[in-house]
Amino acid sequence: MATNAYGPGAETLLDIYRRTALLKANDERIRKVITSGKIAMVYYSYRGQEVVPSALSACLRDDDQLCTIYRGIHDMLAKGFPLKELWAELAGRTTGSCKGKGGPMHLTYPPKGIMVTTGIVGSSAPIANGLGWAAQLDKSDRVAIATFGDGASNIGAIHESMNLAAVWKLPVIFVCQNNLYAEHTAYKKMTGGETIAARAAGYEMPGVRVNGNDAVEMYAAAAEAVARARAGEGPTLIEAMTFRFHGHNFGDPGEYIPKEEMAAAVAADPVPALRAKLIADGIATEDQLAAIEAAIEVEIDEAVEFAVSSPWPVADDLRVDVFAEEIAR
Amino acid sequence: MNAPAKPTVTILAALNKALSDACAEDEKVILLGEDLADPEGGGIVGVTRGLSSKFGDDRVRSTPIAEQAIMGAAIGASLAGYKPVAEIMLMNFTTVAMDMIVNHAAKLRFMSGGQTHVPIVIRTMTGLGFGSGGQHCDYLEAWFAHVAGIKVVAASTPEDAYGLLRSAIEDPDPVLIIENLPTYYTPMSHELPDPSHRVPLGKAAIQREGSDITVVTYARMANETRNAAAKAAEAGISVEVIDLRTIAPWDRETVLASVRKTGRLLIVHEAVREHGVGAEIAAVVNEELFGELKMPVRRLGGAFAPVPYSKPLEDAFAPNAARILECITQCVN
Repeated sequence: MATNAYGPGAETLLDIYRRTALLKANDERIRKVITSGKIAMVYYSYRGQEVVPSALSACLRDDDQLCTIYRGIHDMLAKGFPLKELWAELAGRTTGSCKGKGGPMHLTYPPKGIMVTTGIVGSSAPIANGLGWAAQLDKSDRVAIATFGDGASNIGAIHESMNLAAVWKLPVIFVCQNNLYAEHTAYKKMTGGETIAARAAGYEMPGVRVNGNDAVEMYAAAAEAVARARAGEGPTLIEAMTFRFHGHNFGDPGEYIPKEEMAAAVAADPVPALRAKLIADGIATEDQLAAIEAAIEVEIDEAVEFAVSSPWPVADDLRVDVFAEEIAR
Repeated sequence: MNAPAKPTVTILAALNKALSDACAEDEKVILLGEDLADPEGGGIVGVTRGLSSKFGDDRVRSTPIAEQAIMGAAIGASLAGYKPVAEIMLMNFTTVAMDMIVNHAAKLRFMSGGQTHVPIVIRTMTGLGFGSGGQHCDYLEAWFAHVAGIKVVAASTPEDAYGLLRSAIEDPDPVLIIENLPTYYTPMSHELPDPSHRVPLGKAAIQREGSDITVVTYARMANETRNAAAKAAEAGISVEVIDLRTIAPWDRETVLASVRKTGRLLIVHEAVREHGVGAEIAAVVNEELFGELKMPVRRLGGAFAPVPYSKPLEDAFAPNAARILECITQCVN
């Protein structure tokens, strides 16, 4: 896809890189921490998909609202989820954003518009519609984002949601991160039709397939969709082509992915590619980027330390937050 | 002496007024569901009739026949500060939206550590009597009562229907309201409730005081039980009738105090008896009052079968006043 009038400027590209660098370093640290035994958790690595939410979030404001999925920590971090509250939640501590009650699959942080993380495939979209409806009623130009994977594109909830969003002209952007594998199954094996983007036509909604690993393309598509939604012109479906470098969940060796396919994807790793582009285009120097990356490592160090030194919840906490009123003993 | 005036007020009218009053008082109250707005008839049975004309198409919206989308829209709008009342036309259709209701509406408060909450009301109707067969009249309240994070409510009078719906809309947590289709149209009261009328969630009503046996029930079976209790009184049996009104969380104090007094408990619901709400109440009463009971706790419920179509089968499926009276008589003698 050629870039449109919404192509990112130099400053935006640097901002996008900052986010991708954070996401990549954070994924690497999570896997390291699990491997070392320091924190045990269920984890769905997003390594390889960093550019999609980074470019998307560069178009968004804090009051724009996000519903994401279990493979979604990249979406949240890109939108500003604070590292300490994130890591403490991953560690199951009371200082986590959800007081240790949600965990990696249910991370939530409303101050940055991170409203729902669902562990159920396809369920981000119906709820994003409601956030969009509320924006309409508030006469606000904020938008709602539903992210999901290629696997979710085959579940009914996504279709019900796209239809309702189209009928109600909701300010919702459906972002399908097509990493070509739904759990262990290759995209082509289980998906009717060539592209997911084409399905938007069935709802008379704009649908575009873009190279989600290309910051310029991804940003341009996201910025156009956000502008349409803010202007009251309704929803858009973006199919962002990408790839994940690891198995479905931590511990899955991903043997169903052919070695050559994986090797080619890793060779085209979008994060170093963007880094090289920034240097080649004269947007940033090697030293500048190295300083950004070093600062990220320090921030993550502090967050991990904060997490593991925080208190665990206690059994009595089970009675709190089930309802507004505490459950009696 | 003049004969008392015939009642004119139905549960249907009370629900309509409750929704109208709630919309008028709080602009955050919004309604959605299939055929809900006036161009589509104001609801399949007319509970929402007149409301889209009064409050506008933005706030009172008809939806596609897409229960996941309906529930998702309600949940999302509630996360952004609204108080959606979503209508799922029939209780069996909640099965299509269970993920949204159980995995999301009920759990988001807990899973977010209290950062978000889902103050929605789900209205749904059900109940046998119209020969609708196996997929249009199940009582599935036990499924929802089993899930932490959602409240379950059912009224048997217009006053309670109004007061419970108003309280549910004001409640900060998701509330499922089960309405009974066959009794929507039965005139039961003389006046529509006042806009200030509320019935607190979690509080049962002692609809008839008695000393020989306690019958705990709800929804249409409360009406059947009241009729049975009146007949029992003619035979000299004093029945205490408790309408739970809120099925989850249920009013243990009121039930336990009553059974402590009568020493006998019968639980009646239209839902299939096996693994039903009655089993939970029976278990708690046994745990708390075992030594004070004059008989084992009894239960009457629907047959362990899908709701049938044929009239004799439908009649045989669920308890009714005659069967409740028969059971009461057995228990007391």
